[in-house]
Amino acid sequence: MDGSIAARTPTEAAPTPPPADAAARRQTMLTRNGRTIAMVWQRELIRLRRTPTRIVTGLAQPIIFLFILGAGLGSLIQQGVPGGLDYQEFLFPGILSMSIITSALFSAVSIVWDREFGFMREMLVAPVSRTSIVLGKALGGGTVAVVQGLILVVAAPIVGVHLTVGRLFLLIVSLLLLAYAMTAFGIVLATRIERMESFQMVMTLVLQPMIFLSGAVFPLQNLPTWLAVITHLNPATYAVDLVRRSVLPDAPGVEIAGWLVPMWAEALLVVTIGTGLLALAVRLFNRTD
Amino acid sequence: MLPAPNGSLPDPATSSAPAPAVEVEHLVKRFGGFTAVDDVSFAVAPGELFGFLGPNGAGKTTTISMLCTLLSASAGRATVDGYDITTQRDEVRASIGLVFQELTLDDYLTAEENLRFHAVMYGVPRSQVAERMAPLLEMVGLTERKGQQVRYFSGGMKRRLEIARGLIHAPRVLFLDEPTIGLDPQTRAHIWDYVDELRCRESTTMFLTTHYMDEAERCDRIAIIDQGRIVAIDTPDALKAAVGADTVTFATADDALAARQLSEAFGIEVVGQNGGLVVRVPDGEEFVPSAFGVLTVGVQSVSVRRPSLDDVFIKYTGRAIRDAEAGAVDQLKMNPMVRGFRRG
Repeated sequence: MDGSIAARTPTEAAPTPPPADAAARRQTMLTRNGRTIAMVWQRELIRLRRTPTRIVTGLAQPIIFLFILGAGLGSLIQQGVPGGLDYQEFLFPGILSMSIITSALFSAVSIVWDREFGFMREMLVAPVSRTSIVLGKALGGGTVAVVQGLILVVAAPIVGVHLTVGRLFLLIVSLLLLAYAMTAFGIVLATRIERMESFQMVMTLVLQPMIFLSGAVFPLQNLPTWLAVITHLNPATYAVDLVRRSVLPDAPGVEIAGWLVPMWAEALLVVTIGTGLLALAVRLFNRTD
Repeated sequence: MLPAPNGSLPDPATSSAPAPAVEVEHLVKRFGGFTAVDDVSFAVAPGELFGFLGPNGAGKTTTISMLCTLLSASAGRATVDGYDITTQRDEVRASIGLVFQELTLDDYLTAEENLRFHAVMYGVPRSQVAERMAPLLEMVGLTERKGQQVRYFSGGMKRRLEIARGLIHAPRVLFLDEPTIGLDPQTRAHIWDYVDELRCRESTTMFLTTHYMDEAERCDRIAIIDQGRIVAIDTPDALKAAVGADTVTFATADDALAARQLSEAFGIEVVGQNGGLVVRVPDGEEFVPSAFGVLTVGVQSVSVRRPSLDDVFIKYTGRAIRDAEAGAVDQLKMNPMVRGFRRG
């Protein structure tokens, strides 16, 4: 089926226009695509606002984890976690990351929904590049995730995390990076998935291991070797660590063979992986007709 | 198979006429071993209301999908508004409006937001969006509901909104794929009123597919498509005239005598049917007065029925459109508008 569908991007298919028109034409296409990106982004926010249940469920799980799991397990770990942190304190940035990862991935699900309910076709037949649709989706999904993550920040003082303006700023940046990479990842998954049911399966098989193997809920120090190896191979580990160290300067940080990975390297890794995934998403999306 | 010239419309086949809005030459679409569209050629004149009539699975949607650049052709070529569907996809997309067979609105956006979204993607200048939107909403009777989310709309309202959306960027050619499918008769009638109004006001070329005979009747010209091939193409009147015979039905005081008188005077076959007499003649309206000249029995009623498009369909395909549909259910799965976006 793929072969029979014209998979060319519009720009490749366009004939060479007369030179006088070329600049104006390019300008029109640029404006149109720019406005499309903004519109797709705005649509994600409108949809979030109109589905309050999504906001509630998006907040419920992290709050349950933070207060119940945090308090319960915290009482077991009397001596605290490495870095002299209280367990709930340690858990807080982990839960923030978890919330970002989940909502970014679920935002990307909207692509599967759009396909199922036909709106995707309305976008695909329009004379705009598919890249702008993907970029709008990625920006929208990322924004939705960060908004949901930031609502959780009000819980910070309750669990003993005290944020300064500087740290809050660092936190927002690292949440944005994480949301960016995860939305791109979600879009890649969504382009490969036909139906809603299969998406839920993928979420269980991908999402949960990724979160639990990232150091979001337990410290990575003193782990059995097999678990230490897996967690260090998981890219999410570095993103979670970046979020944690933005909020908690005393957090121990990820070490590779005794080398403490600097925060800028973690940020660079997340951006690189995110950009790679986004490029892949654009390619896959251009192919899916 | 070029369209026959007719009085009201310019013949697209002659070089002096304006360039056709849609021109299709030997278009073919194959899905594996199955040929969905088999060497189809036709032209649609600017401003024309052109219809594709055929059962489900006949290749109507596949043809439209190719013309709208959603599917690539296996062979042949076509232009829409002068742009080639394979090499100038972007230009084609910018010149057409498309109302899909299934609904493609965003339920969580309001009517107005759906229109605005569309206008943005089709490059309608920001300053013009509002002024284009208002009359269209008015026309489809949704002005008061414009701020409401589409999920609260009925099927008919959604369909009307889609038609308005297809027009907001002032397309040169509007494709309507089964625009009234699944709607109640009243809503169908409304939508047709809008279509007629639009043609008068915007002189948009319209290309629609349908399997309703009464809708095909409204077209300037129709192409009857069956199993991927165009079997006939002309105005509805010309197609019906080609079928030939009108059906004249008499109810008389003495059918046996009347039958004898008619067959003796005109040398035609008279069939007793449903308590009446049925004859088939080339021109029923001319035949009736002369029949009265020879009949000596009292005539209670006379009716003349022109051939219907049903008769036309039967003539060209050897079966009624409903029977053709029953056999075509499996081919629905081949429908590219259903399959095209799912990776299969």
